[in-house]
Amino acid sequence: MTRARATSAALTVDAGDERLIRVTGWDQSARRFVKRVRAGDIGSLPIIVGLILIWGIIQGLNSSFLSSRNLVNLATQCAADGVIAVGVVLVLLVAEIDLSVGSMSGLASSILGIGLTSAGWSLPVAIVVALAAGVAVGLIYSFVYVRFNVPSFVITLAGLLAILGLQLQILGAHGSINLPFQSAIVGFMQRAFVPDTLSYILAGVIVAWYVMTQLLRMRRRRAAHLSAGSLTKTVTVALLLLVGLEFGCWYLNKSRGVSLPFVLLVVLVIVVDFALRRTRWGRSVYAVGGSVEAARRAGIKLWRVYVSVFVLCSTLAALGGLMSAGRLSAASISSGTGDTNLNAIAAAVIGGTSLFGGRGNAYSALLGIVVIESIANGLTLLNLTSAVRFMITGGVLMLAVIVDSMARRTRVAHGAA
Amino acid sequence: MPQTEAATSQKPHVGAVLSLRGVSKSFGAVRALSDVDLDVKRGEVTALLGDNGAGKSTLVKILAGVHPADSGAIEFDGREVVISSPTAARNLGIATVYQDLALCDNLDVVANLFLGREDGGLLLSEERMEERAWDLLGQLSAKIPSVRTAVAGLSGGQRQTVAIARSLVGDPAVVILDEPTAALGVAQTAEVLNLIERLRDRGHAVLLITHNMADVAAVADRAVVLRLGRNNGEFRIAETTSEEIVAAITGAVDNTVTRRASRTRHQASEEEPS
Repeated sequence: MTRARATSAALTVDAGDERLIRVTGWDQSARRFVKRVRAGDIGSLPIIVGLILIWGIIQGLNSSFLSSRNLVNLATQCAADGVIAVGVVLVLLVAEIDLSVGSMSGLASSILGIGLTSAGWSLPVAIVVALAAGVAVGLIYSFVYVRFNVPSFVITLAGLLAILGLQLQILGAHGSINLPFQSAIVGFMQRAFVPDTLSYILAGVIVAWYVMTQLLRMRRRRAAHLSAGSLTKTVTVALLLLVGLEFGCWYLNKSRGVSLPFVLLVVLVIVVDFALRRTRWGRSVYAVGGSVEAARRAGIKLWRVYVSVFVLCSTLAALGGLMSAGRLSAASISSGTGDTNLNAIAAAVIGGTSLFGGRGNAYSALLGIVVIESIANGLTLLNLTSAVRFMITGGVLMLAVIVDSMARRTRVAHGAA
Repeated sequence: MPQTEAATSQKPHVGAVLSLRGVSKSFGAVRALSDVDLDVKRGEVTALLGDNGAGKSTLVKILAGVHPADSGAIEFDGREVVISSPTAARNLGIATVYQDLALCDNLDVVANLFLGREDGGLLLSEERMEERAWDLLGQLSAKIPSVRTAVAGLSGGQRQTVAIARSLVGDPAVVILDEPTAALGVAQTAEVLNLIERLRDRGHAVLLITHNMADVAAVADRAVVLRLGRNNGEFRIAETTSEEIVAAITGAVDNTVTRRASRTRHQASEEEPS
């Protein structure tokens, strides 16, 4: 046995190879980071740089952009389309697409509208029916995809039209329905904020969760004779996270506070990210996105992966539709049309999830939607029309796709495609 | 080879773990395999040789469970078995490393090694898998600097190593390697040949499908030659010259290949084991 453990007792199993560049201290960590970025392993870096630029520019043009009041609005605006974007991320990870998320959200809004008014359902029933419609659409998509091998691009394009038709059919002559203002979902979307004290505690809980998972991970790794990583790094990240989150809460609490819909989005992102990284299901999603043939030969049941991903995407689109209906306290024939589709799909891509499959994470939905809504919000503050807003968002999307493609090419050139 | 021997033998190095008798397979009007016999033994490297269209790939696909055989018997550890799917082959203990390796470029080495067979219950136990990965790679003396790098960043030989190591995860009795050195450079080929010897020393039965006579001479114990879908000779490498095997592959004693070989005989004879 020429094991690393045998040659050097001080080294752990995974640090035994002499070719490994050992990273110790700040300067080496920084240098390795720069090297990785230059090799095309950019992750969410462009988006963070982009976000700082966008916030800086808009703030320069209109000083009320970064006010507590406006950021509270911005956070709430992100929630509905952000939830849809999380579903889009899942579909993109298996190198497929769902172009009908906008229509699906519109259908869910109109089911909610009709359900609460003329059908006289209770709110839970209306929500369940709307979400069930999302599940059904996802099942149909995945059935057609798995059974007939039609590209998802075409399936969901057909779905976009068919679901839009269904939405118009359901709304019928009404055209637009106002939801009862006292309805719980309207209250949740418009008036639900986390109490100040609770928000500080929640931020602390998130950081404590991070520290705990890291410490447990380090302990498991030491038990398995693997290098455990540095405690300093964990503590530093935790402190930065704590300061950032508490400051964010404090700043938002100067106005109305942290809105519950935004908390819902953040929790959803954390849960989906955890499922993608730590479960067998998540592993198979990335595997299918990397190489369908390899996944099939490894014994992964492809149909299960596709069904789960399409169903989750449509259902989250339906949830997003319910949320936006609640926020506007209305459902109309224009719900889900226009920029919902573009926002959700663009958010996933701008956030750094690759269109080529297998690369990306749940956080890209959150980052991406914050960028898109910042642009929308900022341009509205600057009194610019939707015409300009569409053009600028389109330009940013184009830029994100170019960055994705260039990073891919750079990875190929560096032998890491 | 009497079949009773395979049935009674439990010890490695004796008897065939996998025996094919009279296996035939047709695709439409083409008989790809007719009455083919093959024995694969533990602790031995069996080379499966043949020209293009000789039926090597068809035979591998039958063993890997991709296609069912039309007729004939397959015995595994003395029991007659039906290999109906790739999963059935894997559960039986037959692992196949395909020429294209079938790795997920975006996943790291650990994820690829255990893909479809991850450790852990509800949550993956990454640390256990990583520890097992180092253990496995250590046993193969594999030179992979880090198991947490994406497979995309590895060299051809390292990727081949990962693919072979992956085939060993279920501790299979038989490992089938389809042209493992076809796309590799000189040093990397040598590394993979070392790996094949280590598989043999671990007691696996190795079936090596190759075109490369140098590889056969280097690591194989036995060579089974297919020609036009039929058995065309079985040779013990230590007692055979390359020309005899080439003759069996091409089906002629006097042809361009043997004439060329005899011109360079003095070189070849230096390489022969004495």
